[in-house]
Amino acid sequence: MLSSEQDRAIPLNGQQHEPIVSIRDVRKRYGSLEVLKGVSFDIRRGEVVCIIGPSGSGKSTLIRCINGLSDIQHGSIIVDGIEVRDPRLDVIALRRKVGIVFQQYNLFPHKTVLQNVMLAPRLVLKESKDVVEQRARQLISKVKLDGKENVYPGELSGGQQQRVAIARSLAMRPDIMLFDEVTAALDPETVKEVLATIKELAQDGMTCILVTHEMGFAREVADHIYFTDGGVIVEDGPPSEIFGNARDPRTRRFLSQVL
Amino acid sequence: MENAISDFFKELDEKVGLNFNIFYDQYEFSRFLNGAANSLELMFWVISVSIGLGIIGASAQSIGPRWLKNIIGAYVQIFRNTPPMVQLLFFYFGLGNLTPQVDMGGYTEPLISSFTWAVIALGIFGGAYNVEIFRSGIDAVPKQTREACESLCLSKMQTNVHVILPLALRISLPALAANVVSLAKTTSLAYVISVPEMTYVLNQVWSDSMNVPEMILVLFLFYVVVVAAIGAIFTFIEKRTSIPGFGQ
Repeated sequence: MLSSEQDRAIPLNGQQHEPIVSIRDVRKRYGSLEVLKGVSFDIRRGEVVCIIGPSGSGKSTLIRCINGLSDIQHGSIIVDGIEVRDPRLDVIALRRKVGIVFQQYNLFPHKTVLQNVMLAPRLVLKESKDVVEQRARQLISKVKLDGKENVYPGELSGGQQQRVAIARSLAMRPDIMLFDEVTAALDPETVKEVLATIKELAQDGMTCILVTHEMGFAREVADHIYFTDGGVIVEDGPPSEIFGNARDPRTRRFLSQVL
Repeated sequence: MENAISDFFKELDEKVGLNFNIFYDQYEFSRFLNGAANSLELMFWVISVSIGLGIIGASAQSIGPRWLKNIIGAYVQIFRNTPPMVQLLFFYFGLGNLTPQVDMGGYTEPLISSFTWAVIALGIFGGAYNVEIFRSGIDAVPKQTREACESLCLSKMQTNVHVILPLALRISLPALAANVVSLAKTTSLAYVISVPEMTYVLNQVWSDSMNVPEMILVLFLFYVVVVAAIGAIFTFIEKRTSIPGFGQ
């Protein structure tokens, strides 16, 4: 179900070439371990970006910095005009623009699917119950979970739970969606349904930043791919270039291992 | 008190020599009822105070400032590391002596009755355990659940009220049930500060009538029944609050 009401959740304006996220020389360390060693790139509105690379290369840390779940020690991240290192940062304003979906879903196990999706808009956006419920039902339908509204997360498969998590995030009407290895904990057969949901979202024009190990999906859906290793971006380019004609030996070695 | 039950116990006394006088003698029966009512009332207040202290203490320990955490830590240590009977004696004879006496017209009574002291002492004792029980429940909620709340812009308060506490309380229920049952049994210690609860009252009965084994049996069964009832209440609460697919 793709009604026109849902499409309003996605920003419709002409700033196609303005970067919506601008990352400049970002460095982050945990104690003596430097996990990000100067990362810079831009993401335009409506763009779908995949970050790939070996474990421990700082991919997840990087996207967690975009909505302020992790802080950075150097550089700057500007999300639609909001600088995350601003000492007077309005973190709520930042996070309202940026939805995030986690590897472990992190649903509220004591709330039904519908309640999971409705909770934040009710409490944070203070919208009326009817409005929120209507939107929540549309989103649940959009992630193809019709009929599961009154079921608890524990009764769903991993793939279904992950789609609830996506609907829950979308209910806050974000401008950007972050996906942090969202299929890494799933059974192979349920991976597809989650990827189909993300793909649909990308086709609707949502700005998506994915950390993923699903190379086939990255190749098919991404506008741009960043390969990270050891806290830096080794190589980036459109999927055809990265997968067909990688320049850097580290990229080639990584791809030969995962493909 | 003329009915089948009293007739049965009267006959039991006359023919077998087992004297359950609380079940056929009107005066002894009223003593028994009084003791039972006092015991149940004492349990109710002690359990309520301990749960209240537990929730307040555990919440303060998870979100309060350093100094408050230290105070609560010290409270838990002190009251878990001393016997509840010593605590009762300390409160009643130690602090009780410092509280004012009230003139009741001819004689004086302490402002705080022995019953109230028992509620205070045992409530604080049970609360020390409940702080730890609720804290372990709060700690058992995954850190990522808080992160999800943070990402959805919920405030700290909203996160705690709508997500963390409902989960933590469910996780805490089995341990809480065990502590509440233990606390209900510990109320019999109020005997040492002359609270007229079941143990104290039956002691009076057997002192007057010399029917010690019979009354001990009644006392024993009283706690069996009450503790079974408390257990049933918790089982009911656990069933009512259980979530399909969570924690099973």
